[in-house]
Amino acid sequence: MELYKRTLTDLLKMLDEKRVKLKDIHESLSYRIKSVDPKIKAFVNQNKDIDIENLTEENFKDTYLKGLPIAVKDNMSTDNIKTTCSSKMLENYSPPYNATVIEKIKKAGGIITGKTNMDEFAMGSSTENSAFFPTVNPWGENRVPGGSSGGSAAAVAAGMAPVALGSDTGGSIRQPASFCGVVGLKPTYGAVSRYGLVAFASSLDQIGPLARNVDDIALMMNVITGSDKNDSTCVNREYPDYTKYLKNDVKDFKIGIPNQYFEMDFDSEVRSSVMAAVDKLEAAGAEVQRVDITGAEYALAAYYIIATAEASSNLARYDGVRYGLRAKNANNLSEMFTETRQQGFGEEVKRRIMLGTYVLSSGYYDDFYLKAQKVRTLIKNDFDKLFKDFDLILSPTTPTTAFKLGEKRDPLDMYAADIFTVPVNIAGIPAISIPCGFDKNGLPIGLQLMGPHFKEEKLIQAAYSLEKILNLNIEYPKLK
Amino acid sequence: MINEKEVKYIADLANLKLSDDDVKTFSKQLSDILDYVEKLDELDTEEITPTAYTVPVKNVLREDKVEDSLDIEKVLQNAPEKINNQFRVPKIMDEDN
Repeated sequence: MELYKRTLTDLLKMLDEKRVKLKDIHESLSYRIKSVDPKIKAFVNQNKDIDIENLTEENFKDTYLKGLPIAVKDNMSTDNIKTTCSSKMLENYSPPYNATVIEKIKKAGGIITGKTNMDEFAMGSSTENSAFFPTVNPWGENRVPGGSSGGSAAAVAAGMAPVALGSDTGGSIRQPASFCGVVGLKPTYGAVSRYGLVAFASSLDQIGPLARNVDDIALMMNVITGSDKNDSTCVNREYPDYTKYLKNDVKDFKIGIPNQYFEMDFDSEVRSSVMAAVDKLEAAGAEVQRVDITGAEYALAAYYIIATAEASSNLARYDGVRYGLRAKNANNLSEMFTETRQQGFGEEVKRRIMLGTYVLSSGYYDDFYLKAQKVRTLIKNDFDKLFKDFDLILSPTTPTTAFKLGEKRDPLDMYAADIFTVPVNIAGIPAISIPCGFDKNGLPIGLQLMGPHFKEEKLIQAAYSLEKILNLNIEYPKLK
Repeated sequence: MINEKEVKYIADLANLKLSDDDVKTFSKQLSDILDYVEKLDELDTEEITPTAYTVPVKNVLREDKVEDSLDIEKVLQNAPEKINNQFRVPKIMDEDN
């Protein structure tokens, strides 16, 4: 088997047993990127400072990741590697420091090989909002990879990186993972430091891993979780060794199936694939029960108030003064602000800044923002109550498989792609998307497991079990 | 419903410059989104406390001691214009002010 097809777990084992050279792994992946990325376009920038010829195992002795390659979404600050957020605003921005997750990866002996494409400032569900170019889904040349972490999902699916980091504000890790047939985990809000993650919606954003199996997700969770003095929302607690939960055992699991989600109108192949997986979980000994929950459409409505409100505030910093784009030939400071923002932001970003500014503006705050914050309480209480009786809640990750490039033009239509993923961010709970089948077009279908706050280990155990039970043996997408 | 006049007002608050076409498009699209959001009125939230953060957030204090900050030269490498270790911006008022 070619090295680029191996998982992180496999590669670590091979390095341990001295069956492979670190240099050869990097060469295989670098060659893979050269051959398929011109078509997939998963990367915005490569790390050009890696001297593959001189990479030796010796340099990474006693590290956790042993010098293995990792791709990172282009909204995580990397010292001396451009961090663009796929926006013209930051096209030439080179951060003067590393995000905490980047520091953690480096300390663990991981090597950042490149920065992946995304919807501009993580606003979108297809990666078509990248100001540079759209990314193509490795499973279908006219299909989107999902978004906003579409570059990370496509890179992992196409074998250009064994694992990648993404960020998830309303489904931006799980939805592309589902569309690209990979595993993606959104950790509990506060489990991973956001320091150095370019802010979109600060009360919802969370960094998490994408990988080709659950083992690798557990490995990456061990690297990235933990409190941080630079992020006061990052929770100081004991984080377990997640690899200890890679057990094929669902006998003690009680899983809830939310009526309100399954009563919605969504793709019938997605439905039957997810329900088939539910049957198999039950056959493996899990207890499955229908449950009631606040409808996902309310979470989506609250999301588009909270997320845009926070975005309008976070993106106020892009004014052309300290870094990023500055419009030329402005006659005064105020003109420089507006011209810079006119030229630097794409349409979706402007739309969300507008919406966010509106819902926060005088006279509308109570009707929109405060109302949405109250609905957040309802949704969170709902989940908290369910988790008193259930270990996990299960749903599809997305209502459809990957849609066509250019297919969704209406903003609301695009927003609806996140209907099943958004409630998780609103409640701050963790969730994982894992592949559960393919539709008749050969496109991957994803299943979502949601768990209580800081119980990622439950998600990992159930997802690992499901991976074994379904035994999909996902072949590599056939890239022409 | 958000009319074109409101769109212009909001754009002004957000320091955005919109073309006439943008104003028309945004007026329609933002109205559609706000219509959708009205769904929230179906939920009774009278007695509900709003949630800003889903995990308990408390003040994190540290010792009041001097630590290294980012290297000024390195930070200024990203500055569109700089002068004497400071950011340089266009003048704040027009000539005739």
